[in-house]
Amino acid sequence: MAKLDKDATFVGDSRVTAKRIPNISPSYSDFPGKNEPFWPNFLLKEWMVAAVCLVGFLILTVSHPSPLTDKANPNDTSFVPLPDWYFLFLYQMLKYPWAAGDWVVLGTIIIPGIAFGGLMLAPWLDTSKDRRPSKRPVATGLMLTALVGVFYLTWAADHEHSANHSANKGGGAAGGGGSSAAAPAPADTSFTADALWKAQTSCMGCHGKNMEGGMGPNLQKIGAQLDATQIADVIKNGKGAMPAGMIKDDAEIAKLAEYMASLK
Amino acid sequence: MLQKMYDWVDERLNITPMWRDLADHEVPEHVNPAHHFSAFVYCFGGLTFFITVIQILSGMFLTMYYVPDIINAYESVKYLQNEVAFGVIVRGMHHWGASLVIVMMFLHTLRVFFTGAYKKPRELNWVVGMLIFFVMLGLGFTGYLLPWDNTAYFATKVGLEIANSVPLIGPYVKMLLTGGDIVGAQTLSRFFAIHVFFLPGALLGLLGAHFVMIRSQGISGPL
Repeated sequence: MAKLDKDATFVGDSRVTAKRIPNISPSYSDFPGKNEPFWPNFLLKEWMVAAVCLVGFLILTVSHPSPLTDKANPNDTSFVPLPDWYFLFLYQMLKYPWAAGDWVVLGTIIIPGIAFGGLMLAPWLDTSKDRRPSKRPVATGLMLTALVGVFYLTWAADHEHSANHSANKGGGAAGGGGSSAAAPAPADTSFTADALWKAQTSCMGCHGKNMEGGMGPNLQKIGAQLDATQIADVIKNGKGAMPAGMIKDDAEIAKLAEYMASLK
Repeated sequence: MLQKMYDWVDERLNITPMWRDLADHEVPEHVNPAHHFSAFVYCFGGLTFFITVIQILSGMFLTMYYVPDIINAYESVKYLQNEVAFGVIVRGMHHWGASLVIVMMFLHTLRVFFTGAYKKPRELNWVVGMLIFFVMLGLGFTGYLLPWDNTAYFATKVGLEIANSVPLIGPYVKMLLTGGDIVGAQTLSRFFAIHVFFLPGALLGLLGAHFVMIRSQGISGPL
């Protein structure tokens, strides 16, 4: 502000000069081609594009209400976790043996690091003056390869997840028990549990009214796998996500275990 | 009347240069879909911003009902979804908008990449753009937990396990995000704070830088 006109006048004691600049648009005839001012010419068109997008967006919103599954339950071992779709490609990569276990660093740091680091540093890696994609084959080729990889991994993750999902459904409600030893036997709807079982409301919460399974595994044929002492032990001490000490009375546990061991 | 009000403010604050700068920056022919339809690829940046604005607005309305604690979070989202007038639409816009913003940003990034627009002198704007990309992914990750349903809980648990497997800093990052040994009350509070305060703050700053740089450099020329 050192070189102000000697006879500049200011608004009061402020630094704003009293001389007004006219608020008019310059002529665009000097610009090459069909340049136009941002306001209002171009912004009007941009708003039209935005309005079309907004309509599409609202149709999507109204026709597909956003999903909400059951309240988070840390004990639900049957829930197959799935990240949001735009993380699927990273998630899928970690499932492959070459990027998991001992090699997990490759999947979590090295590959994403190189990919995103390279992308971030693209202006310094691709320094040629050419801007056409065909004139910089390395940059274009790498980007296309990365795109194919990302699309493939996303597809593979989704494919695997939906395959798992249908396998789970076919394998009975208890299918998600995963590593738990109780077999994911298909639930038998005609099976009716003994009164001994029906008295145990805390068991029914997870294993179902007729032992058909739910959050916990199906127990309708548990006797085929475990004998009475083993069952009693599971009831007493819990197993996996199953809490210990749900039944306090030892005699009651013994009776129930006896009954369950008879189910084959 | 309006003119008088404008003149009154202009006399005191000299806003005309700012206003002319905003209104008069020229839009070149090669980015204008009205002249070349293929120029619609230049719309993705603007659309990303448009959806970001929708995200901010719908998010502000969501916080009017959302309660960030593990007892009430799920119930408040359920109430919002099923009981509140237009709640299902506002939540739907925020939910689907989160995906759309990633899509638009992805397309915008590809446009900039394949037109070589990141080259000198626009290197810094490319870097800021990449940072915006990461902030958006962070917003997606933290926002996913907030409904506190099974999808959210288990996805976050897996995500944090992945973070934990990173050598050296992994366990610290995980501890910073979970705020304890389990994914629980502390985690939800932290994700809420990060999603609603930290990342949007960073995002606004980066967007400001992004736009100031575009304004001072102009849109890259035709290929």
